[in-house]
Amino acid sequence: MNFWLELILKLVAILGFVLTGALVVIYAELKAGSHMQSRIGPYYAGGRWGWAQPLADGLKFLQKEDLAPAAADRTVYGLAPYVVMMSTIAVFVVIPFGPDMVGRDLDLGIYFVLAVSSLSVLGILMAGWSSANKYSLMGGLRAAAQLIAYELPLVLVSAAVVIQAGTMSLNGIVASQAQTWFTVGGVDVSAPFLIKGQIIGFTIFMIASVAELSRIPFDMPIAESELTMGYLTEYSGIRFTMFFLGEYAAMISLSAIAATLYLGGYAVPGVSGNILNVIGPGVMLAKISLLVFIFIWIRWTWPRLREDQLQHLAWRWLIPISLANIAVISIFKVAF
Amino acid sequence: MTTPEMIHRSDAAVSIELQTPDMTINIGPQHPSTHGVLRLIANIDGERVRDVEPVIGYMHRGYEKISEVRTYAQITALVNRIDWVSGFANEVPFVVGVERLVGIEAPPRAQYIRMILSELARISSHLVFMSSYPLELGATTPLMHALREREYILELIEEVTGGRFHPNFNRVGGVKPNYGGGSTTKKQSMDLPAGFFERTRSAMDRMDKICEDIESLVAGNELFKMRTVGVGVIPADKALEYGLTGPNLRASGVAYDLRKVENYLPYDEVDFDVAAQNGGDCYDRYVVRLEEIRESAKIVRQAVDKIPSGPLQAKVPRVLKVPKGQVYSRSENPKGEFGFYIVSEGGKMPYRLKIRSSSFSNLSILPWILKGQLLPDLVAIMGSLDFVLGDVDR
Repeated sequence: MNFWLELILKLVAILGFVLTGALVVIYAELKAGSHMQSRIGPYYAGGRWGWAQPLADGLKFLQKEDLAPAAADRTVYGLAPYVVMMSTIAVFVVIPFGPDMVGRDLDLGIYFVLAVSSLSVLGILMAGWSSANKYSLMGGLRAAAQLIAYELPLVLVSAAVVIQAGTMSLNGIVASQAQTWFTVGGVDVSAPFLIKGQIIGFTIFMIASVAELSRIPFDMPIAESELTMGYLTEYSGIRFTMFFLGEYAAMISLSAIAATLYLGGYAVPGVSGNILNVIGPGVMLAKISLLVFIFIWIRWTWPRLREDQLQHLAWRWLIPISLANIAVISIFKVAF
Repeated sequence: MTTPEMIHRSDAAVSIELQTPDMTINIGPQHPSTHGVLRLIANIDGERVRDVEPVIGYMHRGYEKISEVRTYAQITALVNRIDWVSGFANEVPFVVGVERLVGIEAPPRAQYIRMILSELARISSHLVFMSSYPLELGATTPLMHALREREYILELIEEVTGGRFHPNFNRVGGVKPNYGGGSTTKKQSMDLPAGFFERTRSAMDRMDKICEDIESLVAGNELFKMRTVGVGVIPADKALEYGLTGPNLRASGVAYDLRKVENYLPYDEVDFDVAAQNGGDCYDRYVVRLEEIRESAKIVRQAVDKIPSGPLQAKVPRVLKVPKGQVYSRSENPKGEFGFYIVSEGGKMPYRLKIRSSSFSNLSILPWILKGQLLPDLVAIMGSLDFVLGDVDR
């Protein structure tokens, strides 16, 4: 296929997936959250079940005036939401939805993911600093402090997966989970890493993901009751929409990474070959939905922690446990 | 300002102190966690609060002054707007004070109705706290559950008084009789609505259920405890020093309850315990209020069983003239001691009305308790004191 045509097709596919996915997740959060709170949630928009509510919200935001404080650093202020959005979308380049359904199967796939996804904090810091607002500044600084707390466990548990799989390519990690684990009565059994000893790693990955997403219980950078809206305080109109969509797109991207690393990605036991390109995306979407639902569930259940309690959790518990996790995984890898 | 040259020139051992001036931040008057229009001028060093200066008065409505040109019957309509979360409970100490000045007493049935509705107001106020406090800590779901249960209480209050928040139901010498039965000219006095007691009993059963739910889901939540246990500890002596009353005082281990002390409603005829804790931290203040919902439900149940029959109004002249004199009447409101100092020079209107509101005194501890706390704890502590800005500013 023509290189440029392929590039454009992939770009459109990824952008389309991310943006519609974000809208779907916003709708899911509105609906699931409502039902957890004994409410109905969106009901009228779109005629049935309020399915068009996120679209209506998005359109409303687009009509709003794009305000910037007089003292703001206009360039940085305007750029920040796009940095956040870009870092989220870039993650999808390497996430495989099938053996060939992948933007680009990089050898350093997981490395790329971790590097790019932590770029979003740069955008948040930019937003916090350039808004010329004390609440925004504190939100930005909290986000930066949070980065150190969750990024290390995230990298360490991913390293354990890389050790077990023997590759950094996400496609390779999926393939290694699809391999035969053992054979019982002539039936080949394969299992995702979650079952093959990575349950601790998966838990830590999910906790760190919530922190990366700045969602309750780790939403200190936004912390509505303390910092009004943190780094988002001054944003309005389309730039706020970008942040908002970016947040939900990041939920999908982190769920996709977790599904790939721990839940076997697109692989289906006993199925191989080209057919996976057809059913793979469906399998992947199901796993992503499950993980996204867990994020939503957590958000509507728990209160917020304090910044120092997150640091405490990260440095006293998550990082030592993930180091021990690496050691144990390595021993098993060498021994068996 | 230290320039690089100045540092270079100094021949002392190099000790460059990073200049980190404190940041002054205005929390409020428009801020999600100030429950209205409280403004805090906070000097913060990073996340640490150096000192806090509360600025109040953004909602000053001048009720004390207005009351000097209003008749006593009109003032009841004003006072239930002071602490709007528990409107009915505000009226009681005022009418009791006027009754003492005049020298009459409400008939027993009216007193029991006052007691039932006061306790319902207490439950409703505490349910608002149960819903808003977790919200300050970031938990959004308890809000809906507690407010849903409050609706049952408000419905009860509404069917008796006609108002959900501002009942204006107390009269000097009793409670307002319901006129009804088709012809308004007939003025046939109606009592409480039919079936009210059954509905009250079932609502009280709901309250026990929601208390259990809240206890296991919120108070038993590990993250909630991490945010509240040991945060904002107010020792008993400090609580007394700053004039804290109500649940905030009882959480610090002082089991002082005006319902037991002051004889303003027949609380001595019902059996209930004074909920108190010893820690004095945010968690204890939360638990005390949770316990008080249970105790109030207990009081309401007994009052419903024991309520005597009889008239709702004592004999009061059509134009109420209060003799010369002064009285201080106080009651245990959901938020603490609520008092009225009424000075009468004789006549239809008071000469001076001083309102001692509970939230105002409870708020006075803020500069002391917030000193040196973290910014997230500032929100947690402020919320746990449970003040209403209308009650602070009057």
